[in-house]
Amino acid sequence: MDALELLTWARGPGLNIALGIFVLGVVWRLIEIYSLGRRTDLAPARQHAGASGLHTVLRRSVPPPGMLRSSPVSYIGGFVFHIGLALIVFLFAPHILLIRDLTGLSWPALPSQFIDMVTVVTLVAMVVVLVDRINKPAKRFLSTFGDWFTWAVTFLPVLTGWMAVQHLLLPYTLMLALHILSVELLLVVLPFTKLIHAFTLFGSRWYAGRINAHKGVPV
Amino acid sequence: MQGPLIDTLVRQGIGRRTFLKYCATLASMMALPPAAGRAMADALAAARRPSVIWLPFQECTGCTESMTRSHSPTIEGMIFDMISLDYHETLMAAAGQQAEEALHAAMKENSGKYLLIVDGSIPLGIDGAYSCIAGRTNVDLLKEAAAGAAAIVAMGTCAAFGGIPKAKPNPTGAVAVSDIVKDKPIVNVPGCPPIPVVMTGVLAHYLTFGSLPELDDKLRPTAFYGETIHDRCYRRPFYDQGKFAKTFDDEGARKGWCLFELGCKGPVTHNACATTKWNGGTSWPVESGHGCLGCSEPDFWDAGGFYKALSMPADPLKMGAAAAVAGAAAGVAVSFANRGKKRAAQVTHETTTLADLEK
Repeated sequence: MDALELLTWARGPGLNIALGIFVLGVVWRLIEIYSLGRRTDLAPARQHAGASGLHTVLRRSVPPPGMLRSSPVSYIGGFVFHIGLALIVFLFAPHILLIRDLTGLSWPALPSQFIDMVTVVTLVAMVVVLVDRINKPAKRFLSTFGDWFTWAVTFLPVLTGWMAVQHLLLPYTLMLALHILSVELLLVVLPFTKLIHAFTLFGSRWYAGRINAHKGVPV
Repeated sequence: MQGPLIDTLVRQGIGRRTFLKYCATLASMMALPPAAGRAMADALAAARRPSVIWLPFQECTGCTESMTRSHSPTIEGMIFDMISLDYHETLMAAAGQQAEEALHAAMKENSGKYLLIVDGSIPLGIDGAYSCIAGRTNVDLLKEAAAGAAAIVAMGTCAAFGGIPKAKPNPTGAVAVSDIVKDKPIVNVPGCPPIPVVMTGVLAHYLTFGSLPELDDKLRPTAFYGETIHDRCYRRPFYDQGKFAKTFDDEGARKGWCLFELGCKGPVTHNACATTKWNGGTSWPVESGHGCLGCSEPDFWDAGGFYKALSMPADPLKMGAAAAVAGAAAGVAVSFANRGKKRAAQVTHETTTLADLEK
């Protein structure tokens, strides 16, 4: 199998399989999580300003007072690479073409040079966050295999994509194939690892906010 | 027409200056040092015409057309005329028995020294019977001719990689020359058709240095196939700016924007079209407004649609609906199991431990 055959497989059957598992896994996990349910709280609801599902969703998107200073790498690094990932995935011209082909929806892209810069910043931020996780004893203690693994499967598509665009190390064809394969790996493991937070993030915040709002506590 | 090449060229009205210029161009195209142009000129001028045997197999004669009619008369064409082409079915006057005799005479006289050029793929299905010449199968002829060859040039994508005959479902069981011949130096000059200057470049290198040029992992001369069409494309700046033609007649197409979205395979195609161009440097496919088909790459015929952008997958949501249904079923089944577990835990008054929360 040469590079073009690998690329053809990655774009064809490989992507079919990966997207199939991804859709299957996400639907499965969401139904499983939301059907768990919670016993109804029979106590009368209390009222408190700023206590609601929506408040919590918004509030947890910004660092709580004092936290930015005590743990700047987690917050700044986290913000940078999450925003970077979103920009790269949704505003890079070839990615938009893929989405258009899949769904018929399309929107204007950012200039490739800008995306290139964002990619470098994202890669750096991810490395910094990883180093911080290794260096801080508490973080290292809390880290399981799942944390290291999900970091790797998130990092690889960004790295291989950037290397493909920059023509580094390997011929473009092979690098593009590796990029698509790494994305397929990400798609396959996403529903079954911590990466499912991409789908459950706002739901769980709403959930926590809603339960505590009933008790009159803004969280 | 015996004697050194330079005599023949002079007879055809090619001056020394023109010839030197040509050799210098050829050397620089192949990324050789400047002195190589001089060496090439000396070697080429003095060269006795090398015996060349050209075997056509499952092919369309497009490669021969490319070589002989591309933009004659040129030095390339003339050098090509000057080689001692001892056997070429399409170009030779002889036919039948005479042709076969010429082939065997050439093979015998120049045994171990002749250059074998092959165009077309070789069918292996039903014992090679899909393509026969003078009652013998292509694979048989190739093995015989390859045995006495100094080197083999696989001209065109069919000979180099199997090409269109090998396209799915490959009814004739077509294979490339390199799939059959393992013990001879092989140069692949893929393209559908290949660029004429690549052919003369390889010939000139062979005559000058007595060896084949540097090859890549697919046995293609790196001088011509070292970079992709996309790397050298004059429309590349538009790609970098994100300016793409959306249809073949929209404003972007008229302004000469990048053809990536219209299915151009330039980014994965290694060839020299963007630099050498075609028809005497007149134009090339992308310049004429059509994306690259990727004809110099293995199995280009089956590498997705010609008009589908490289980033576009074949049909990725084929399994989407089925996967969603299966996922929903799995989710419902698991949630029923979870509820059952919860109820059982309630009945037996199980307590929750810290370890449970860690799960």
